[in-house]
Amino acid sequence: MSETDKNLEARFEAYVAEEKKIEPKDWMPDSYRKTLIRQISQHAHSEIVGMLPEGNWISRAPSLKRKAILLAKVQDEAGHGLYLYSAAETLGVTRNQMLNDLHTGKAKYSSIFNYPTLTWADMGAVGWLVDGAAIMNQVPLCKCSYGPYARAMVRVCKEESFHQRQGFQVMLNLAQGTDEQKDMAQDALNRWWWPSLMMFGPNDADSPHSAQSMKWNIKRFSNDELRQRFVDMTVPQAELLGLTIPDPDLKWNEERGHYDFGEIQWEEFYNVIQGNGPCNKERIAARVKAHDEGAWVREAANAYAKKENEKRSKSATHAA
Amino acid sequence: MTEDQHIQAILRLGDDTLVLGQRLSAWCGHGPILEEDIALSNTALDLIGQARNFYTLAAARENQGRDEDKLAFFRSDRDFQNHLLLELPNGHFGDTIVRQFFFSAFALERYVFLSRQLMDAEVAGIASKALKELQYHWEHSAQWIIRLGDGTEESHNKVQQSIHDLWSYTGELFEADEVDQAGFEAGLLPNLELLRDTWNTRIDDCLQKATLQRPEDGWMQRGGKQGIHSEHLSYMLAEMQILPRTYPDASW
Repeated sequence: MSETDKNLEARFEAYVAEEKKIEPKDWMPDSYRKTLIRQISQHAHSEIVGMLPEGNWISRAPSLKRKAILLAKVQDEAGHGLYLYSAAETLGVTRNQMLNDLHTGKAKYSSIFNYPTLTWADMGAVGWLVDGAAIMNQVPLCKCSYGPYARAMVRVCKEESFHQRQGFQVMLNLAQGTDEQKDMAQDALNRWWWPSLMMFGPNDADSPHSAQSMKWNIKRFSNDELRQRFVDMTVPQAELLGLTIPDPDLKWNEERGHYDFGEIQWEEFYNVIQGNGPCNKERIAARVKAHDEGAWVREAANAYAKKENEKRSKSATHAA
Repeated sequence: MTEDQHIQAILRLGDDTLVLGQRLSAWCGHGPILEEDIALSNTALDLIGQARNFYTLAAARENQGRDEDKLAFFRSDRDFQNHLLLELPNGHFGDTIVRQFFFSAFALERYVFLSRQLMDAEVAGIASKALKELQYHWEHSAQWIIRLGDGTEESHNKVQQSIHDLWSYTGELFEADEVDQAGFEAGLLPNLELLRDTWNTRIDDCLQKATLQRPEDGWMQRGGKQGIHSEHLSYMLAEMQILPRTYPDASW
């Protein structure tokens, strides 16, 4: 590293330490840029892959009101994808490159979306637990050191918190409904609880990128802190619903002032990340199919825009 | 116009918008570009919203203890009276856009009339709101017709084929049956012959800009308004209605 780079890096670190925002044209270390591109694009991919498991129930939503709410929600996720791809583009990567990384398996997305949505109650559980866990992860990002990401997250979080409330509402209706509906709600909680806890990532001791991200003010709280916060928040909500969290080791620890909970099956977590989850192949196949089948549409739009630009520049030349 | 015919006319407005909204919502997550996932979902949401309004009104008028969901989920395909065009499978993006283009030109003009008629203030209210939404749906589909028609050779050929494939479903939009006739005489529904003229103007102008050919009018498919549908509708309804029909006592 040259003397100038060292100076720039020292200034950058001091700037970030003062809680100031880094903007696209500011100098930043390459590794900061790479970390952000990786994180923001993964986040964007999670939004658009996340549209699939919930989109799965739009056609079968059990009332017109629920259909409209679910459709609006999944549409919001597309919007989040759009802000986040745009935020990542400010770092010098294109949406096409990012999509290509997703389609070829080079880029990751949140593993939770590799689980199937099997009943309507999953629309409740996903909103309540998955969006709930996502909010825990995402609220601190509103203060992230990179300006475009932080600003995108303010808007994303507002919508996510609405999603979480509607998910809880779906669960509440089921929990107060017929016996079959209650069973459906309990079954969904049984299947989504552990994968939701896995959303916070590996235990702190095994989290490879955490320390540097904390130093750069990209990450504010550790995986285990956020997971604990999520458990503490969710247990009373499950009690309110009259549902049982599927963890025999779950109990209030007076001394710690937190709930203790059982050990996560990390073998499953790593297998799903490596592509062995129940829906990894389907999710990517669906994204690739949409992209490939849409190629002629994008080409047409580009060709038309080019023709229009040529017409415009011709008439501008004539006018001059 | 009898009271039954009046209710039936409102119900048909609901059926058209629900069936198309249901079809269109299947694009959510599968569009050719993220912006189109948003645009098509947004259009589907508008249509489902319109259907809810029309069904709620129809249910209140018939006063038989039904509501929007009873009308949507507990009628079979023979009871639905939507135009055939709207229940056809989505096909590729060009097919979906052409369907949307044909319907939006029709629905926009229909809402212009419905929002101004003085016979039913509640229908006029729903139509006024829907009219604003349809203006966007029309522009969105017309712009895509132009882009695809005047884009690449491939897109031109594809969308021209979609126009040919769907053309025979456009005649039904303008064929008046007794309900349409009674509604027209009562001042509730538009004159479909006049509507055909404004529709033709919209379609022809846009096709010309898009360098696309208007097909010759030939045999036209019909039957939707009489509940004689294509084979596609009952599959669509089976999927849509599965939960309320499986758990009739549940509320969601």
